[in-house]
Amino acid sequence: MAHKRRIGVYICHCGGNISDHVNVKEVAEALLDEPGVEISRTHMFNCSDASQQEMVDEIKEENLDGLVIASCSPKLHLFTFRAMAERAGLNPYQYVHVNLREQCSWAHTGDKVGATEKGINLTRAGVAKCALTHPLTAIRIETQPRVLVVGAGVAGMRAAISLAGMGLSVFIVERGNEPGGWASQAGRMGPDDRYGPEVVANLLAQIRNHENIILYTSAELTAKSGHIGDFTATVRLRGEEDVSLNVGAIVVTTGFTPYEPEDGEYGWGKPGVVTLKDFRQMLEAGDGPLTYNGIPVRDVGFIYCVGSRQTKGDTCPEPNTYCSRFCCMATAFSASLLHEFEKESGQTINQYHLYRDVRTYGHLEAVYTNARADGALFLRWDPKEPPRVEQSNGRLAIKVKDTLLGDEELELGVDLVVLATGMTARKNDTLNNVLKIPESKDGFYNEIHIKLRPVETAIDGVFIAGTAQGPKNLAESVASALAAVVKTGGLLKKGYVNLEPLIAEIDTDKCVWCNECLKACPYGAIERVLCGDKEVAMVIDSSCKGEGACVPVCPQDAIDIEGFRDNQIMAMIDASLKELVAA
Amino acid sequence: MSSPGSNGIPKILVFSTNAISDPGIDLAGSAHLHYSTAVQVIPLPCSSGVKPSWIVHALKRGFDGAFIAACGGDCAYLSDCTTRTGALVTRTQALMKEHGISPKRLKMSGLCSVCADNFVSHMNKFQQELKSLDS
Ligand SMILES: Cc1cc2nc3c(=O)[nH]c(=O)nc-3n(C[C@H](O)[C@H](O)[C@H](O)COP(=O)(O)OP(=O)(O)OC[C@H]3O[C@@H](n4cnc5c(N)ncnc54)[C@H](O)[C@@H]3O)c2cc1C
Ligand code: SF4
Ligand code: SF4
Repeated sequence: MAHKRRIGVYICHCGGNISDHVNVKEVAEALLDEPGVEISRTHMFNCSDASQQEMVDEIKEENLDGLVIASCSPKLHLFTFRAMAERAGLNPYQYVHVNLREQCSWAHTGDKVGATEKGINLTRAGVAKCALTHPLTAIRIETQPRVLVVGAGVAGMRAAISLAGMGLSVFIVERGNEPGGWASQAGRMGPDDRYGPEVVANLLAQIRNHENIILYTSAELTAKSGHIGDFTATVRLRGEEDVSLNVGAIVVTTGFTPYEPEDGEYGWGKPGVVTLKDFRQMLEAGDGPLTYNGIPVRDVGFIYCVGSRQTKGDTCPEPNTYCSRFCCMATAFSASLLHEFEKESGQTINQYHLYRDVRTYGHLEAVYTNARADGALFLRWDPKEPPRVEQSNGRLAIKVKDTLLGDEELELGVDLVVLATGMTARKNDTLNNVLKIPESKDGFYNEIHIKLRPVETAIDGVFIAGTAQGPKNLAESVASALAAVVKTGGLLKKGYVNLEPLIAEIDTDKCVWCNECLKACPYGAIERVLCGDKEVAMVIDSSCKGEGACVPVCPQDAIDIEGFRDNQIMAMIDASLKELVAA
Repeated sequence: MSSPGSNGIPKILVFSTNAISDPGIDLAGSAHLHYSTAVQVIPLPCSSGVKPSWIVHALKRGFDGAFIAACGGDCAYLSDCTTRTGALVTRTQALMKEHGISPKRLKMSGLCSVCADNFVSHMNKFQQELKSLDS
């Protein structure tokens, strides 16, 4: 027989945020009638130090074995109260949180009676769940002090060097023949005029000098097994030989693919229409005037936002709706490079910059200011009427309505049209099959939280950085690489990791090994084991993510997710209907 | 079978997901977008883990409708979360029929972490539909 629980229920006023719309006293009193509830009271702020201390004392004095906090959303204070439970000597997984603010008082302002009734139901459900909790311990895993970096662009190289500097061993796997990524082809780069190939060469020299880094080129990650802290990665070299690497974490820096315009898009395909990459390389091509097909260039038109910030339409069924971030700055920076070329060569070149919005944010504003001081003319177009590029008299003509000149239709005769093409997600089928990192709608790898956990992924121990995660300029790519370094270092230098125990559990008495859970599990976290002489399914604790995809597919009803067990959910449903059932 | 809750306002049980749709529902509250107090949420890790038996139980006990607020394309666990949850809904509706419950009492929709307006309009619409089922 289950022993009687001793649960403490604490309802928060939230200074009035809750108590103005929910009668918290009434909620607290109603809960005193629930089975197992020893204490039920209110606090002005549950999260204040004083209230927490009171609760800690009470949990100890009253020997409570369950805790229900009804306050703001658990997204805010779940970890606060877990820590508080631990300080009070209560297992943190015997604490249940009830969302009485975001999902009650704030959603029902003006209906205090209804909100109070709902608040009672929500808290009853919390108590019902709490009564069925049992102590859980975090899963502890030893970590290996080695890292695999996938992709040797600037982000990957920079990450590898810093990881090695922390005393970790690093393997870099680069699919191409050479490391460096797009920076190798970007020429002189803004905002600070660093030469891309030189940036790459410097990083490569540091990698070569570091005894803790091994760089594999023409190599690809083809298989991965294991779990956070202890992965086995299979790397195929030159398409023939396999090496096996044991690492504790994986950092994915596989970069982007420049947008490839559609035929005819802003004149793409016509002679004289090039990308920014082509243009940077033309500027570098050496002595003599700037020419295209042997003809000196007198006028250049730059078109911004090509392949970025698109809207859905007949010609664009799958738009890239995002801003590519680097192209305004990189193109405006090219204006100053062109101006410098003019001064040095004596060749007069007019430049027109056709933009939608100049997004040279933060310090990058200086690049735009310099471009204008260097004689670049900026014309603004409306996405409803984008510029058109046509051939005319052996040259190119750009027709554009300049919204800054009252929509005056201009025709600019130019010799060269430079398209500032944006960034798109790189096709990476093999890798995606191996790592299964979730992707955003745009196809870039998805972080767990864009603000709070920007380099972690849903796959524990796998981090993302650089433009693989979304459009970034070089400085931002490096910043995110270093963020991934810190997260990886934090994980591996400690030597072990604690995982949430809120994972699947299989009742071996019920299980008949039908294989359905294994088929449903996206993480390969189910294995077949012998239990006596019976074959049953077992959960690999370190691989299970606890999302529960296996739960409803089990024909024997043998699977539960800790924290969301079948009996808990059923009890929550019953408790929230208590009034109705009793009536 | 299930009878409408107090004041004849249909009671809806929502299964949300911790990382995606529950924050969306939180946001509706933060923005003081009002919806009925007869709507109650149970958060889960992922909508792919909802058991058909939970929904049938809830409807038999007194909820008038159940709504699965799935993570849709944003799910951090499963790239095919919507497909899987959709299949679950089909299975649950079959089970509901076996129990003499109208399959219209279960709805599912992807709800993102900022889909506050969306959530409220889903709830209002669903309550209207449930009312007409009961009339
Ligand atoms: C023409 C041009 C001009 C630019 N100008 C500027 C500028 O002026 N200022 C600025 O700040 N930024 C500029 N940028 C942007 C800048 O180049 C990028 O921000 C930066 O290079 C991104 O680095 P990365 O390491 O994230 O990606 P990438 O450079 O794309 O590197 C990714 C690497 O991963 C490898 N890889 C991919 N898939 C796999 C796989 N499955 N296995 C193994 N390896 C793989 C690739 O081969 C590549 O080497 C410019 C970009 C371009 C294209
Ligand atoms: S950075 Fe500028 S050119 Fe690039 S997509 Fe954004 S607004 Fe357009
Ligand atoms: S689905 Fe259920 S019965 Fe089948 S193997 Fe998995 S746990 Fe056992």
